[in-house]
Amino acid sequence: MMKEHQHYLSEMVKELKPSGIRKFFDLAASIKGVVSLGVGEPDFITPWSIREAAILSLEEGYTSYTANPGLLELRQEISSYLYRRFGVQYNPIDQVIVTVGASQAIDLTFRAILNPGDEVLIIEPAFVSYAPLVTLAGGKPIPVSTHHSNGFKLTPEQIENAITSRTKAILLCSPNNPTGTYLNKEELTNLAAVIEKHDLLVVSDEIYAELTYDEEYTSFASIEGMYERTILINGFSKGFAMTGWRLGFLAAPASFTEQMVKILQYTTMCAPHMLQHGAIEALRNTYHEVESMRRSYRRRRNYIVQSLNKIGLDCHTPGGAFYVFPSIKSTGMTSEQFAEELLLAEKVAVVPGSAFGESGEGYVRCSYATSLEQLQEAVKRMERFMSSLKLKETQAQEQYSNN
Amino acid sequence: MRLSGVELEVLSILEENHRIPVEDIALMVNSSAEDVTAVIKKLEDEKIIVSYPALIDWSKVAGKENIVAMIEVKVTPKRGVGFDEVAERIYRFPEVTSLYLMSGAFDLSITIEGKTMSEIASFVSEKLSTIDNVISTTTHFMLKKYKHDGVIFGESNDKDHRMVVSP
Repeated sequence: MMKEHQHYLSEMVKELKPSGIRKFFDLAASIKGVVSLGVGEPDFITPWSIREAAILSLEEGYTSYTANPGLLELRQEISSYLYRRFGVQYNPIDQVIVTVGASQAIDLTFRAILNPGDEVLIIEPAFVSYAPLVTLAGGKPIPVSTHHSNGFKLTPEQIENAITSRTKAILLCSPNNPTGTYLNKEELTNLAAVIEKHDLLVVSDEIYAELTYDEEYTSFASIEGMYERTILINGFSKGFAMTGWRLGFLAAPASFTEQMVKILQYTTMCAPHMLQHGAIEALRNTYHEVESMRRSYRRRRNYIVQSLNKIGLDCHTPGGAFYVFPSIKSTGMTSEQFAEELLLAEKVAVVPGSAFGESGEGYVRCSYATSLEQLQEAVKRMERFMSSLKLKETQAQEQYSNN
Repeated sequence: MRLSGVELEVLSILEENHRIPVEDIALMVNSSAEDVTAVIKKLEDEKIIVSYPALIDWSKVAGKENIVAMIEVKVTPKRGVGFDEVAERIYRFPEVTSLYLMSGAFDLSITIEGKTMSEIASFVSEKLSTIDNVISTTTHFMLKKYKHDGVIFGESNDKDHRMVVSP
């Protein structure tokens, strides 16, 4: 960037920090033979019938715009899916919007609800884009830390402590990226009381809803009294293995969606037409494939959690998503140091927890969305890495006592 | 036979890849290696796990390419034993690699492998057609194997295109 261009740029954008993952990506991408536990997307390719439906759609010439909130046929499928799976009812005509990824749904939401200075509680460790999206919409992200001691579960007290007169909304993500933490019905109900008390709006990112392994998923919108104050965000990326399609959706009371559709009209118009046909097929006919992927992730989760605990990387058993979030505090390193040394010494890529907020420091995110063979290899290398650290420690102690 | 959740999980893991160490299977199903060993033993004893063959693409091995034929066989079932007796007479031949009783226009579907077409032809004319109760045979030679037992042969297009690290 030429220096003289600086004054053209928005101060707000200049102040945005680049994603902490980016730097690590550059390093990992420069090394050959890396076993990556750093990937935040399914290792499955989109089920063939979905791909086939999109191909057919192109062949049949569906290359025009669709309605701003998406094809009505798709919105109808989304509506019946949400009812079938989570027991929440949304009118496909005016309560459902198809978006370009769940990320756009979150962006639309913040733009539609935030006035300058409005505060949004972001539960950390958190997905990297929440806080910047709040900032870009003129709001103020307020981090709320959760802790390993209770499996990174958000408590009503933690919300209570962060509330100010400017708090407008809270962003919940369950199961969570990066911790994998899942909040069950009882835990959500406990949170609902505080949320109601302070009249907060809830932006519920449910993108990992299909990936819970021990309990049936509960949507926040299904919690008693919460429907009217919830903007439900979901999409096809994780459960249906469709990340690159960039197809998400949101469902909310019509007073919200009405405003959001205006933003859509002036920005992206609509999600790509032919891909929406793929999404229709996804919801109609591929649920058995979602279940089969879920079973596969569950096995790998069990494998990786126990394997990491065995080699001295303490981690809780996450209820969903495809991440484990082990503590690396026993090594005495920061999470960035750990990730970098592990990458250089053993060519295993993990993501430093600090990329997901302050409370992620001391942890690393390991994604198990990779083949069992890769996981086995990663565990082997990490075990070697951990023993080399212990060896160094012992040598240092011996040297110390010899002196 | 009704199986437990863990038993079903073990079956499904083994069906995908039976070379995964018992210790790793145990981790995947939240169980101990001893328990998984016992589960596998039970499933083997019950003949639920029948065998552990490897799926090999012999067409890639010089000198080992086989000729495969699928034969539709019409049979007169025998009083008292139905199709079982004639099926047994057929499946005992080692060149028969699979044998199914089918609904529809014919009764038995046989897959047979041989070194040459004439080997298969002579099996059909000398062994198969001469069995009492076999009324007719229709032989189809297999030209190319694209997919077998859920596995795609040859180069798969499904490569990992993901970035090495992503949010």
